[in-house]
Amino acid sequence: MTVTLAQAINRALTDAMAEDDRVLVFGEDVGRLGGVFRVTDGLQSRFGEQRCFDTPLAESGIIGTAIGLAIYGYRPVAEMQFDGFTYPAFEQLVSHLAKLRNRSRGTLTLPVTVRIPYGGGIGAVEHHSESPESYWVHTAGLTVVSPGTPDDGYAMVREAIASDDPVIVMEPKRRYWMKADIELPVTAPPAHEALVRREGTDVTIVCYGPMVRTALDAAEAAEEEGWSLEVLDLRSLSPMDTEAIVASVQRTGRAIVVHEAGRSLGLGAEVAARVQEAAFYHLEAPVLRATGFDTPYPPAKLEGYWLPDVDRILDLVERSLAY
Amino acid sequence: MVDDLQRAGSGQLDPTSLLPPAEPVHLLDPDGTLHEDPDHPVGLDDAALLELHRTMIITRRVDREAINLQRQGQLGVYASCLGQEAAQVASAWALQDEDWIFPSYRELGAAIVRDVDPADLLHLFRGTWLSDHDPYEHRFALLSIPIGTQALHATGFAMGARFDDNPIVTVVYFGDGGTSEGDPHEAMTFAGVMRAPVVFFVQNNQYAISVPLAKQTAAPTLAHKAIGYGLPGYRCDGNDPLATYAVTRRAVERARAGHGPALIEALTYRMEAHTTSDDPSRYRSDEELEAAALTDPIVRLRNHLRNRDLLDDATERRFEEEAAERAQAVRDAIYDAPHGDPLELFDHVYVAPRADLAAQRDELRAELARREDDDGGAA
Repeated sequence: MTVTLAQAINRALTDAMAEDDRVLVFGEDVGRLGGVFRVTDGLQSRFGEQRCFDTPLAESGIIGTAIGLAIYGYRPVAEMQFDGFTYPAFEQLVSHLAKLRNRSRGTLTLPVTVRIPYGGGIGAVEHHSESPESYWVHTAGLTVVSPGTPDDGYAMVREAIASDDPVIVMEPKRRYWMKADIELPVTAPPAHEALVRREGTDVTIVCYGPMVRTALDAAEAAEEEGWSLEVLDLRSLSPMDTEAIVASVQRTGRAIVVHEAGRSLGLGAEVAARVQEAAFYHLEAPVLRATGFDTPYPPAKLEGYWLPDVDRILDLVERSLAY
Repeated sequence: MVDDLQRAGSGQLDPTSLLPPAEPVHLLDPDGTLHEDPDHPVGLDDAALLELHRTMIITRRVDREAINLQRQGQLGVYASCLGQEAAQVASAWALQDEDWIFPSYRELGAAIVRDVDPADLLHLFRGTWLSDHDPYEHRFALLSIPIGTQALHATGFAMGARFDDNPIVTVVYFGDGGTSEGDPHEAMTFAGVMRAPVVFFVQNNQYAISVPLAKQTAAPTLAHKAIGYGLPGYRCDGNDPLATYAVTRRAVERARAGHGPALIEALTYRMEAHTTSDDPSRYRSDEELEAAALTDPIVRLRNHLRNRDLLDDATERRFEEEAAERAQAVRDAIYDAPHGDPLELFDHVYVAPRADLAAQRDELRAELARREDDDGGAA
């Protein structure tokens, strides 16, 4: 059966709501409209307006009330409509959602899932293409995952809702229409385990979310050059599966990290730090980064120059192999 | 109610019923004279009035002890509620046991009503831990420092109660400064639309640190802000325990009956500095403070009880002694209280164990062992 990422997440929400009546889905336009990306399509008509509801247009309000609902005993699944509109909720996410359990010495449990469509590549207007994942990864108390395939979309959202910790699900919006031939429900390894999506021997490509597909395309193209790339999908950004990264780099001796987010203090910096700490003598070349630039996200007509793509990855592969 | 919601935003709702009264509700004069008001019945018997008085006395004494502890270097900082005892104690008194309180960081009086051990709250200010009471046991959420942010937690909690047909109400405390923040605005917006049984209780103590109310808002009163959210705005003399009780009770029971949220502005005065780190002599005069002292909430209820021969010397002495004992217990718990195990820092960050944190915990453990060895070597 052909399933898109958006459909897989929709099914995950449906199944979670059917199994547990404490699961609530809410956000801007998630009800009657079914979400601007239709990820919540049909939830309100099936489960009623009390379990899937539209909120006023106020992101801090969405996260702040999710916290109150969780303290009460619900399992809220809150949608932030777009990456660039999470910032009004920054304080609730960082100062409360992430910290209340620690502040309460373990007395409060906040099983809140926050879904954020993120990243570029869809020709959107400003504020609709950002990659703010480093903010969440840098915040102790949050778990951050990003599916790169439809089956992970299903499995990770189910896992996030089942988790007693707050989980941010960074959904690669340009891949919402990506298809896979799978039967839902699917199971997958737990999100904290990175997965080798393609085995290779020359260079490890570390990626996640929207860049998994791009990295696989690069690996395909690299074959023509006679280069064998291993594609490692991190899946979970926090925690990060250091062991899997190190194991792969120990095999290949080279690593390139790929993400849309700007380079400085992006996930690539953390991956590079961990690799040189744990696999220094295995490295044949410095860890390189194929990323967005340290500029604001560009206007839509220029995003093709800004986003990492197959060519940018292959250029770095060449540089890495030249060491 | 559904009709009201459908008409909301259409200009068809009559807004005048949401407007606060011209004068704040006031029942008790400073000399203790009671002016009964049929719209705001108090309904507290003599024993309850004495209890209210006793709780305010305990609050003031423990508050003073916390200031003393700070002066002696035992607390890093402390935010006193001196002068706001009626606003806090009498409003919390208006709740049922099952109702939840979402405090800011200044709500010692409300905490004492909920039987939270003040020492458990003072650990936050001492720096031994960030909180130490069970919010579920006391229906009293953690102290919240980022201004007004807890208004959304109270609203979400109340939404949950409504979804569950659970007849509880939440009350959230914030200040005049808090009304300028975005989160109370979003909270009142949500609460209005969702008909959440939450009461927004604003203690207007006239100052946000040094900034007076006139520089905080151009609204006619803070209670007038309610109309923008479709909430009724109430106003009471927050140094009048009986008016505060009656107005809060009315708003709480209205919410419990399904008629939705409300905003209360309680007019009070912060007699102490913003916190022990503040120097109010830079922004307010002695004359202003002396005038405010004449409206003291505890003196007022005492005068009333004395006028009615409900409070004799012996009872008064008993209250003072009990308050001193409570203060001593707080002192005993806080003075030189050791900090906890540094390795506990890793224990409550996540429910699910994480390998990266476990590794960092081991790093700290090794550091601690090295320090112990070094200390041992030096001795």
